[in-house]
Amino acid sequence: MLVSYNWLQEYVDLTGVSAQELAEKITKSGIEVEGVETLNDGMRGVVVGHVLECEKHPNAEKLNKTLVDLGDGNHVQIICGAPNVGKGQKVAVATVGAVLPGNFKIKKAKLRGEESNGMICSLQELGFEAKLVAKEYSEGIFVFPEDTEIGQDALNALGRADQILELGLTPNRADCMSMLGVAYEVAAILGKDVKLPQPKAETTSESASDYIKVSVDAKEDNPLYVAKVIKNVKIGPSPLWMQARLMAAGIRPHNNVVDITNYILLEYGQPLHAFDYDRLGSKEILVRRAKQGEEIVTLDETKRTLTAEHLVITNGSEPVALAGVMGGANSEVSADTTTVLLESAYFTGPVIRKSSKDHGLRSEASSRYEKGVDPERVRPAAERAAELMAKYAGGEVLESSVEADSLTVGPAVVSVTLDKINSVIGAELDMKQVEEIFAKLQFETSVDNDTITVTVPTRRGDISIEEDLIEEVARLYGYDNVPKTLPIGASTPGQLSPYQQKRRVVRRYLEGAGLYQAITYSLTSREKATQYALEKREPVQLAMPMSEDRSLLRLSIVPQLLEALKYNLARQNDSLALYETGAVFLKAEEGDLPEEREHLAGAVTGLWESHPWQGEKKPVDFFVVKGLLEGLFAKLGLESRISFKGAEIAGMHPGRTAQVSLDGAVIGFVGQVHPKVEKDLDLKETYVFELSLKALLEAETAPLQYTSIPRFPSITRDIALVVDKEKTAGELQEIIVEAGSKLLKEVHVFDLYEGERMEAGKKSIAFSLKYFDPEKTLTDEDISKAHEKVLQAVKEQAGAVLRG
Amino acid sequence: MQERLKELQAEALEKVAQAADLKELNDIRVAYLGKKGPITEVLKGMGKLSAEERPKMGALANEVRDMISGGIEEKQIELEEAAVQVKLAAEKIDVTLPGRPAKAGNHHPLTRIIEEIEDLFLGMGYSVAEGPEVEKDYYNFEALNLPKGHPARDMQDSFYITEEILLRTHTSPVQARTMEERQGKGPVKIICPGKVYRRDNDDATHSHQFTQIEGLVIDENIRLSDLKGTLDVFAKKMFGADREIRLRPSFFPFTEPSVEMDISCKMCGGKGCSTCKGTGWIEILGAGMVHPNVLEMAGYDSKKYTGFAFGMGPERIAMLKYGVDDIRHFYTNDIRFVKQFSVTE
Ligand SMILES: [Zn+2]
Repeated sequence: MLVSYNWLQEYVDLTGVSAQELAEKITKSGIEVEGVETLNDGMRGVVVGHVLECEKHPNAEKLNKTLVDLGDGNHVQIICGAPNVGKGQKVAVATVGAVLPGNFKIKKAKLRGEESNGMICSLQELGFEAKLVAKEYSEGIFVFPEDTEIGQDALNALGRADQILELGLTPNRADCMSMLGVAYEVAAILGKDVKLPQPKAETTSESASDYIKVSVDAKEDNPLYVAKVIKNVKIGPSPLWMQARLMAAGIRPHNNVVDITNYILLEYGQPLHAFDYDRLGSKEILVRRAKQGEEIVTLDETKRTLTAEHLVITNGSEPVALAGVMGGANSEVSADTTTVLLESAYFTGPVIRKSSKDHGLRSEASSRYEKGVDPERVRPAAERAAELMAKYAGGEVLESSVEADSLTVGPAVVSVTLDKINSVIGAELDMKQVEEIFAKLQFETSVDNDTITVTVPTRRGDISIEEDLIEEVARLYGYDNVPKTLPIGASTPGQLSPYQQKRRVVRRYLEGAGLYQAITYSLTSREKATQYALEKREPVQLAMPMSEDRSLLRLSIVPQLLEALKYNLARQNDSLALYETGAVFLKAEEGDLPEEREHLAGAVTGLWESHPWQGEKKPVDFFVVKGLLEGLFAKLGLESRISFKGAEIAGMHPGRTAQVSLDGAVIGFVGQVHPKVEKDLDLKETYVFELSLKALLEAETAPLQYTSIPRFPSITRDIALVVDKEKTAGELQEIIVEAGSKLLKEVHVFDLYEGERMEAGKKSIAFSLKYFDPEKTLTDEDISKAHEKVLQAVKEQAGAVLRG
Repeated sequence: MQERLKELQAEALEKVAQAADLKELNDIRVAYLGKKGPITEVLKGMGKLSAEERPKMGALANEVRDMISGGIEEKQIELEEAAVQVKLAAEKIDVTLPGRPAKAGNHHPLTRIIEEIEDLFLGMGYSVAEGPEVEKDYYNFEALNLPKGHPARDMQDSFYITEEILLRTHTSPVQARTMEERQGKGPVKIICPGKVYRRDNDDATHSHQFTQIEGLVIDENIRLSDLKGTLDVFAKKMFGADREIRLRPSFFPFTEPSVEMDISCKMCGGKGCSTCKGTGWIEILGAGMVHPNVLEMAGYDSKKYTGFAFGMGPERIAMLKYGVDDIRHFYTNDIRFVKQFSVTE
């Protein structure tokens, strides 16, 4: 809502309160003032001039040579390019030395050999927004009404010596979508009175009911419809001050009748509609829901197909307006309209909201109806509009109005105790202070002991329960006066859940190991949504996505991280190690929420170790990333329950990818991105992993228990085994562990040889076995017995030959 | 004989003094003190001496041996010391060359902000509640006093999946779920961090995905002043002890009264500047007293219980706190951006 400071003074005395001060007070007590704009800011030297002579420029087809009376005794020659300039007009003249918006200074000039002492201005040149300039002046200069006094400041005449407060209204404060509503708010803040307009128009002996019959079928949508008839109107421009106020509020002037309806909309917050009575095609108004498939061409010359969810005004058979949103073209007021049927109605929010949404039409009217108008202003607004039509359109107002009234909305009566007010706010107000606050708001009250009962005017439809009253008290008492305290009551332990704690451990571990945390988008494209998914499912899709790229919820994080790598590589950041923890979304039964599973994913590319002046550059490889994960599993106490197994996964290198299982169940994978994918994404060798973090963090682990430090020495035996190339270290290790007695405490690979000295198709792999007995020092004999079993097992089960 | 021994002593010590390295010194030791050395040689002539002279001569010979071996030992220490010095000199490095970088990644700045806030409220007895990012319309809107068709739903344009399921537009549904789980019992003290989604075109100040962190306290006798005090603690911890807060009336369907919290502008100290658009204040978060409808819908007796709630955007806080100028930075994961948030403050 754009509020003119000057206009507001018609309703509230603002003496001694500047626009800036007012803005601060309004902001602190309820409504955020987002800005204060001075309309003529930075402009000067523009006067109203009188065009005495106007002829074609001798040397330029499109220019005119004019002689203009500036009203101060000076007649100056001005060259003007506007097509609509003409002799006898009163115009805005930027004189030599004037300053226009953008610090544009007017100087004496010569145009095609003719002197020009200033500029005749369009409204756009005076800082008006083009969309607000009336159509007849949109392509040329602005012409003042004939009776405008010359020599005066043109910006003043256009109402520009004004300041506009831009109110950021929250949906509950629809009452401030009108000058009167703002006046009540400002009066409450300043402790002043509100001066309301007192409309009175002379009426003719004819009665409106002789001209029109009104009925409403959809009473729930339209509890009150008021029609007035004004005849013998003369369509023309509205007074300059009215046009100026409309433009300052962001509404484009059209003609006197339409401007008056818009002016009342701004003043009362009550939308009005003017029909051309003679074009209605009947003497009847019927308000009803539209029929399925019914059509109407609205004022913007668009044909709209309606459904039973839309409300229409009809002439008894045909729709003549889309109720509360926009009038129909068939009954539009035009230059030859003589009789106006004026509609002032109370439509309820939901039906208007539905129409406005379905037709993509948000008008000044619909936005007010959606949030709720004041039912008690329906009649006064109609009276005031009729008064102005008589005054500024020469109309004759017919006696009384025709109404369809089934209204049941009345003022809300709400009670609250002083104790409740103080205990919610945490303050110590007395009843007198509370009464004063409601008096400022012009709410009627009565007090009975500790209870105050408030009758809330219908203009404040946002107040219906005691908490609403408490808010009014709190905001006008002032939040600055509320003390600062902390909750008292039973103390609660503040702690993370075990899952949340472990998640922090995972993050810290990975960061300590050199990975940076990324956060990527959950919404992605169809292609990426399912890539690298641990579980193949149809992804969850948005009903109305904003773009193809963000239309489905991800089933995996790796594609997002690859995109982040690509983004970085394109910016010369070429050694990267990222990880992310976040949800992936698995579609569930129709109507159920998708299952959200927290995953942990990582992507590493480029150099892993680099210390250039020492000549060290080691690119990341599979074992770097696997090692990171092994460390993580150890940190979570799960290392002995995890296994890695070679796997083929779409988009991954078939020979360099492992499936990761926890207690035998697959929980993710790690490996190199398939070189084809790397090439498509312009990536170098890149390793990724994706694991179910949920599975890792929810796995039950034994409580930490100390085991005593060994008192007896352990014995290590190394064996080198020659096996087929296909045999994996994992398989061999499994056999060794299986065959080793309980004395075998540790097994690890310490050498691998696949070179030319080996027989074709073979490799040598060496293990170190550590034997240990907590009870005694092992003898050679003990170890040999255990070790022999291991050697036997690898020979029999893996065809291994002990290497000399 | 006596003279000969003295001579040998002098001669040996002279050579010891001259010795240039440990090998030479060892040669001297072998030459003079070895079994075939000159001292042994001299002592072979002891048979010619009288019985009285023999022990004297023996003692003298031992004395000479001791002198020589003492001299060698001294020299050895000296030479070893010198050798160490030579070795150390040879091992000298340029200590100004850069060290090997230790592996260290760091948190995303949003996690940094969220954990900082979590830790602050954990210390005040709150726990951290989480919930689904894809929500039922009921928890996202209806349970929060936003029935279907409510005009305030426009404030949060949403991504729907079906008519009843959508991507949550705020983390408030976690509050609704927590309250429902607690079955009308207090106290509730939670904060809810998480990702949220709104239909916005991504630009410098909008992101279709962003994060929120909300807080909720429900108990008997919770007051607006408790909210003000709690927010004051938060603001001073996050933005500095010298910052002031101010509450302004606002509107959220799930709170009544509703407020917005501003903090005093650091750039101008409250006098007004371009950062604060001349007001001296910077908007940080929205808050309010839990609406009785929200309490009742979750099974709380609104006559007995009151509560407050607040919600803020970690992106906005990070932007203010660290001077980040474009919200998209949080989601492109440019390593040059993420790396800047490793320093401990
Ligand atoms: Zn400032």
